[in-house]
Amino acid sequence: MSLLSYDFMQRALVAALLTGLAAPAIGTYLVQKRLALLGDGIGHLALTGVALGLLTGQAPLLTAVVVAVAGATLIEVLRLRGKANGDVALALFFYGGIAAGVLLTGLAGGSAATLTSYLFGALTTVSDADLVLVAVLAVLVLGMSLGLAPQLFAVCQDEEHARVSGLRVDVYSVAISVLAAVTVTLAMRTVGLLLVSALMVVPVAAAQQVTRAFRATLALAMVLGVAASTSGVLASFYADTAPGPTIVLVALAGFATASPLGGLLRLRRRTRAPFEDEDRTDAAALVHELTEQHPHQHGEGCGHVAVEHGDHVDYVHDGHRHVPHDDHYDEH
Amino acid sequence: MAQPALHVHDLTVVLAGRPVVRRVDLDVRHGEFVTVLGGNGSGKSTLVRAATGLVPTTSGGVELFGAPLGDFRDWHRIGYVPQRPSAASGVPATVREVVSAGRLSRRRLLRRLARADRTAVDAALAAVDLADRAGDSVAELSGGQQQRVLIARALATEPDLLVLDEPTAGVDLAHQRLLTDVLAAHSVRGVAIVLVAHELGPLARLVDRVVVMRDGRVIFDGTPDAEAAAFAHTHDHHHPLDPHVTGLTGADVLGTGWQAGGTR
Repeated sequence: MSLLSYDFMQRALVAALLTGLAAPAIGTYLVQKRLALLGDGIGHLALTGVALGLLTGQAPLLTAVVVAVAGATLIEVLRLRGKANGDVALALFFYGGIAAGVLLTGLAGGSAATLTSYLFGALTTVSDADLVLVAVLAVLVLGMSLGLAPQLFAVCQDEEHARVSGLRVDVYSVAISVLAAVTVTLAMRTVGLLLVSALMVVPVAAAQQVTRAFRATLALAMVLGVAASTSGVLASFYADTAPGPTIVLVALAGFATASPLGGLLRLRRRTRAPFEDEDRTDAAALVHELTEQHPHQHGEGCGHVAVEHGDHVDYVHDGHRHVPHDDHYDEH
Repeated sequence: MAQPALHVHDLTVVLAGRPVVRRVDLDVRHGEFVTVLGGNGSGKSTLVRAATGLVPTTSGGVELFGAPLGDFRDWHRIGYVPQRPSAASGVPATVREVVSAGRLSRRRLLRRLARADRTAVDAALAAVDLADRAGDSVAELSGGQQQRVLIARALATEPDLLVLDEPTAGVDLAHQRLLTDVLAAHSVRGVAIVLVAHELGPLARLVDRVVVMRDGRVIFDGTPDAEAAAFAHTHDHHHPLDPHVTGLTGADVLGTGWQAGGTR
């Protein structure tokens, strides 16, 4: 494939693959904690880190990791101590981060183009050294968010119960924030700082349209994340667009597909759900509601789903359930 | 047993400058089923939250199984049901996944669920009559069913002390009876139970002891019979009652059902 003969494309695709796996993995916990916007706050903060790198001549990726991790820890500690409302703390970091980032980039003599490449990603900017750092960070994020899944799940599901289970809730909460910060910086070159949070949240939002279990949501979100990030990078190559917006729009298209599908699945489950234990003499059974008539004779293997209902069997037909009764059908 | 499961002595909790629990003493022995009653703002919830380390104590102390709260490490001996309108969070989770979190205090890091863990989760689900909903998302359940999920999570821990903060809010009467029977069975097996509630309801026939709180103080500590007798004709509680009225066993006033001083 001619595309892969470009070194920068190979690096961009590997970076996209790792980002697509790691971002939804940690994003699932953020969504579970109802902190979906934390990634945004950290992304803005990381911009200050990038600018510091440009100003001091250090690798921007490295300075971004340091600043983002420090900021994320601070946000979480403030939240845990109850000193700041999580919402307001996030807002402060949003604005402070982006203002300082733009200011410092200007001082460093950086142009609008430099800034844009960090804000929205740029395929050609992933260097070999960057790739090594991205790989190490991605393995760290994936290892922690999958290996500690039972503990992180418990902390995000119910902080108080986790505390009474003897879990160090403060340590795990800071860990989640730090992992989110690390993910933001490793996604910086592909998705960009302004849109990285979308790759943490959108695949999770899409996955949970069709799932009922946490583990399934986590797994499906990672599959969708990889699909969006790699196909987004390929599309941005051919269409000559910035990779970040392309990846995010692909992910959103995934959500737009999953959402009505989830609605259909839920409707299907509802109509086929077994009945609650009910007394045949209760009110529901006494209501004798006639349904529309049709010539079809329901029976075993007639192609309609059969649902056991006390002493008889209902059939799912056109989205509702009914049962033959003498010469007509009753709605159940 | 020499040591009580829960030992609270001279406990005071101040929240935001306001004393919420004032100099409370409370011992709960192994196998004892204690209900803490009181109106809104009586401090009953804060008392059990301080006893489980969720709220810092201002003065006095708490011991769990003989160990001061700060040194206590055997968290698998504690089952806790928080006061919560819903068991759901921002991401779907099945009933089984939420209940399995009750095994965390017994699991070591990076270990899979063992067979003993699965057995305990199955037993807990069966106990609250939700075995057939194990694979459903908790968000799809009714409020009362979600409450039963939270109780199953605490039962799955297989604790020696169960602390439940208003666990029956929103649970229908039939399932309240089921839950109280489950709790009574645990209590007979030696589990100490502390249950915070607004009113006794179907618990009356099963609890060993009733503790009534008002304004952060314990104003009554005795048997349900004595409690019913003491509060049968006083619907306002402006005068703290003598806590030593336990001699009364008025079968005539049984079942009168004391209503909490606060509003519901």
